[in-house]
Amino acid sequence: MAARSSVEMEASTDSKSWTLRLRQAIDRHLPMDHLLPDRQPYYVGSWVYVFGVVTIAALVWVVVSGVALSFMGPQWWHDSRLGRFVNSLHFWSVQLFFVFMVLHLWGQYFMAGWRHGRAATWMIGVVIFAVSILTAFTGYLSQQNFDAQFIGVNAKDAMNSAGIGAFFNVLNFGQMYGLHIMLLPIGVTILVVLHIVMVRTRGVVKPIDDEGGARP
Amino acid sequence: MDTPTTYFHWGFILISMANLFVIGGMIVLFAIALVAPFPHAEEGEDGGKK
Repeated sequence: MAARSSVEMEASTDSKSWTLRLRQAIDRHLPMDHLLPDRQPYYVGSWVYVFGVVTIAALVWVVVSGVALSFMGPQWWHDSRLGRFVNSLHFWSVQLFFVFMVLHLWGQYFMAGWRHGRAATWMIGVVIFAVSILTAFTGYLSQQNFDAQFIGVNAKDAMNSAGIGAFFNVLNFGQMYGLHIMLLPIGVTILVVLHIVMVRTRGVVKPIDDEGGARP
Repeated sequence: MDTPTTYFHWGFILISMANLFVIGGMIVLFAIALVAPFPHAEEGEDGGKK
């Protein structure tokens, strides 16, 4: 920020250079001290604020164990000791991901985390929750065991009654597995990155008591 | 493993014991997070006390 070149100083915000305009927009809205802060306001000193970062930590383990499972394949995760361990790691990371995501949701709901221009951050969080449920559902269908068959055979009627069975066929392992290991995790990861960037752009919302009332 | 799980049924509420434990545990964890002291919570953004 401090050491700008003379060329950059002369350039106005209506510059024809899109890279310069983009860099200036990033500097304005997300300076590095916002992106990677070393201090937080005093009201962030509560364990409630830890739920979000624990959710991210769980997601990292979900992705790491998922990459190993997709690389090695179903026979490995069913028949070998290490495969079963990584399979369990994947499963329990998902459980923790959902538990802490819901705890994070409760915390943000009760502190009205959508206040002061943070509505989009809240709504993206809701979308992450919905896409995560779909990702977990396709994961249960991709286990290659009796449980997956049971869920698939029972879920197909619900999908057909909703009118989406033709293009979301829960009995089609290839489709469910492809969605589970490719499109949906990429979607969740992109949305989580966007969510974090938006949180860092505006900072953590002040407690309601700090404002002397619960005005939105 | 091959025995059916226990369900609790009150009126329109039907929930398995496992799910009830998970939800109960989450509520307890949330309550602990609200009241448990957080390390260095007294230091503010400017390094001062709140």
